[in-house]
Amino acid sequence: MSGTALPLLAAIAALLLALGPVTAVTGSRIAGWGVLVLCCLGALIDLGFLIGGARPQSLTLAIGLPGLDSVLALDGIAAFFALLLFLVGAAAGAASLERAAGAASLERHGPLSATAPALPVFVGAMVVTLLAADAFSLVAGFELMSLASFALVLSDHRQASVRVAGLLYVGMAAISGVCLIAGLAALSRYGIGFAAMRAHPPEGLRAVLVLVAVLIGAGSKAGLAPLHVWLPPAHAAAPSHVSALMSGAMTKVAIYVLVRVLFDLSGPAQPLWWGLPLLAMGIASAVLGALRANLETDIKAILACSTVENVGLVAIGLGLGLAARAADISALASLAIGAALLHAMAHGLFKSLLFLAAGAVQHGAGSRQLKNLGGLIRRMPYAAGALLLGAACLAGLPPGAGFAGEWMLFQSMIAAVRLGGLGLQIVVCILAAALALATALAAAAAVRLVGIVLLGRPRTEAAAQAHDAAPPLRWAMLGLGIVVVLIGLVPAGVLGLAGPALRMLGNTDMAGRAGWTGIAAQENAAGYAPLEIAALLVLAALLVAAVLRARAVAGHRTGPAWDSGFGAAPAWLANGDPLTQYGGASFSQPLRRVLGPALLGATETVDMPEPGDIRPARFSATTLDPAERWLFAPVARLRQHLSGVADLLQFLTVRQSLAVIFTALVAFLGLIALLEQI
Amino acid sequence: MTALAGLLALLLHLALLVAVAPFLTGLVRWAKARMVGRLGPPPQQPWRDLIRLLRKQPVVAEGTSWLFRVAPAVSLSASLAAIALVPSFALGMATADVSDLLVIAGLLALSRAVTALAAMDTGTAFGGIGASREMAFATFAEPGLFLFVFTLALLANTTNLDAIVGQIATGAFGLRVSMALSLVGLAAVAVAECGRIPVDNPATHLELTMVHEAMVLEYSGRHLAMIELGAALRLLLWMSLLACVFAPFAIAHAAGPTLLWIPAALVWVIKIALLGLALSAFETTRAKLRVFRVPEFLGVALLLGLLAAILLFVSQGFA
Repeated sequence: MSGTALPLLAAIAALLLALGPVTAVTGSRIAGWGVLVLCCLGALIDLGFLIGGARPQSLTLAIGLPGLDSVLALDGIAAFFALLLFLVGAAAGAASLERAAGAASLERHGPLSATAPALPVFVGAMVVTLLAADAFSLVAGFELMSLASFALVLSDHRQASVRVAGLLYVGMAAISGVCLIAGLAALSRYGIGFAAMRAHPPEGLRAVLVLVAVLIGAGSKAGLAPLHVWLPPAHAAAPSHVSALMSGAMTKVAIYVLVRVLFDLSGPAQPLWWGLPLLAMGIASAVLGALRANLETDIKAILACSTVENVGLVAIGLGLGLAARAADISALASLAIGAALLHAMAHGLFKSLLFLAAGAVQHGAGSRQLKNLGGLIRRMPYAAGALLLGAACLAGLPPGAGFAGEWMLFQSMIAAVRLGGLGLQIVVCILAAALALATALAAAAAVRLVGIVLLGRPRTEAAAQAHDAAPPLRWAMLGLGIVVVLIGLVPAGVLGLAGPALRMLGNTDMAGRAGWTGIAAQENAAGYAPLEIAALLVLAALLVAAVLRARAVAGHRTGPAWDSGFGAAPAWLANGDPLTQYGGASFSQPLRRVLGPALLGATETVDMPEPGDIRPARFSATTLDPAERWLFAPVARLRQHLSGVADLLQFLTVRQSLAVIFTALVAFLGLIALLEQI
Repeated sequence: MTALAGLLALLLHLALLVAVAPFLTGLVRWAKARMVGRLGPPPQQPWRDLIRLLRKQPVVAEGTSWLFRVAPAVSLSASLAAIALVPSFALGMATADVSDLLVIAGLLALSRAVTALAAMDTGTAFGGIGASREMAFATFAEPGLFLFVFTLALLANTTNLDAIVGQIATGAFGLRVSMALSLVGLAAVAVAECGRIPVDNPATHLELTMVHEAMVLEYSGRHLAMIELGAALRLLLWMSLLACVFAPFAIAHAAGPTLLWIPAALVWVIKIALLGLALSAFETTRAKLRVFRVPEFLGVALLLGLLAAILLFVSQGFA
């Protein structure tokens, strides 16, 4: 298997890319089936490659830039991320069948038919990005991925909000592309192949340029703060299986690009402070994302904000790993990078599960807004199960899939105080507190999401009449759910699959520290043992059940809620008085009041009429993301100002115009002359 | 043999803790009543209440789902699992290898999240207000707790509670200012996590001031019994944690002579009783804070945790 894995995966990528044009001719069902089958195949091949030891392979193709061959390669790092991509891709492909089946009459002419060909292209482009072993293929795959996902985001383009989200998304994608090309260009001094880049790692100013450009280029795609603003609107606008792919797989492909460039291509000799920008962006993403997840009112925007949080956690792990590698402490480096990879895998899968469940909710109850949902656990058992499982992982509860990565991350922080002086130690200390805050905020967001969407009374008639997900979506959620539970119980399995990647990135793997029994921070030390914790929970539950059976009165009666003596709602309100039930905004009010003003610029205004005045009192609360206030708004103002200045050029006389052109020409020639000297 | 002794110690530990937990709650109530000049119910009253509740058939609110009925058992199981990880009279119990502080925090979070969800399932205003405040307070308490774990882990080089207590008990890191700061910080976190004054008032009858109690208003019968026992267990867990980390003397070892367990258990009961009396004294002299003053209270815990860690960095270097 190990000799043929790369050609097979390359063939799968080619087939996926070819499936796009085919779908355009034949109709959209073939896209879903094709993605499902090809991704399942790809996952099996990839798994075989990883289990077989992941010996690096490469393949030269005579296509690409004129005169230059394209190189594809498969190693432990690419294969690990490809496994995640194929698993999410298979689930998304299956879920897309549900949409096609549910909208059978729309299949040929409806909103989905136009963008259906983009789905296999999107997945195929991500495979190409992962397999690329030269700058051109990487950029080509990355940009095709952006373009295809842009088309998919616009699936429902008749809504104005979707068009706005699409515009923001493509704008950010353009910035990310420009920066990524610049970063890779700075690396390509001796050739565009990765082998040439590894042979000549960047130094000095060039290294800084690579770091900054890649952090912006790949970081914005991954959703790292302060470049995360596109995620919530774009994820909310896209169809759910596309949101699952974007959140579960695409952000991880961007993480892969970060890892590839910063860890692999830039060489191991970079200084310790290289980890700091990743730590800073990670900490900001984790806290901001988790807090915003508590304030959003659209379930998919909530999930997207939580993606920002989790990508932040992954970035913290990578940052610690970079710093540890620079200090040449390989045990810590592999622990931190292992935490990042494990969390990336776990998050990619459980977030896809959550997005699919959110799609089922949108389809079954007709809305994504918290204020229109409620009580769905009774009408939608499958989607409710998926949402509950995903939310437990999101909240980082043991023995769920989300806990193990966070546990390892905390352990690597404890070990990281030995990396440097007091300054770094205080940074690590603040990181630990921020990690705690982010996980606690995520838990609050998960409780809010589940409590308002699934529990309580329905808030609208549509929610009261909701119907559950169709079979293809059920199967997709079931498959993802099983994998998520397995990862939660045996996280060492993921670390084992990440072993080849860890040996490449951190010089050692987690072999002595992770096994069936659990994960430990050091060899021969006690650690986190999910199977035993799960067994303990089950035993405790059996004990409780046995005592109840022996001692307690069986059965129960039902009666109206006591509600501290509040009277029942009038008969015409079938689902009770909607005003007496907590909703999304009220649930997060304490957090918004305490953390909102400092972190999100939250404001509250109360418009209270004078006594005797008959107009209603009004309360409004607003928040503004600091990235928008401090980064995007100034940039927009600057652009406005510059365009005003540039406007002057249009009113020059002929002589002035010629003078401007001549000066520009001389300036550029001077620049070239200067560059020749360097 | 050692494994068997560890298992035996664990079973005794669980039996002891489940037996003692309602007494501790009763003791705190009784002592508070005496301090303000009332007679107060005797300390065994919570046990009587539990038995009485088990004999009553629960009334389940209309419109709730299966989650509402399952939640008390899940919450209690998580609390039981958590308490099985915190050593009381003996180290080296069967759960010693998995007694990670972060896992304990995670299990408590699981218990809390399930209770909050059940509260939201009732669809009443009080369920919502309780759940919302409980999750918000937990958010403010968590950083302080993690920094406490961080400080301990810096000293002991592990987050395993059993190993940490073992090191403290043998005097491996001596008396430290950081530990004193951590004690104050952790006590504040414990007060918040157990829903005691000044963060929450477990004895209040005014719904608007409730946090934990508002969440469980709709429960009755065996469901309420499980909730009450779970709350008592969590209070005991925090007291036990404070006792074993900050007063780790006279703790037996499961692998050691079994006869030593008895005096160790007696000493542990005395420690818990003293902590319970201290809690009642603290609660009697404090008024409940306004909801939006609680973050400041817990912010102090966070700052103390930061200070403890930074003092350690300065005094030890580590790098």
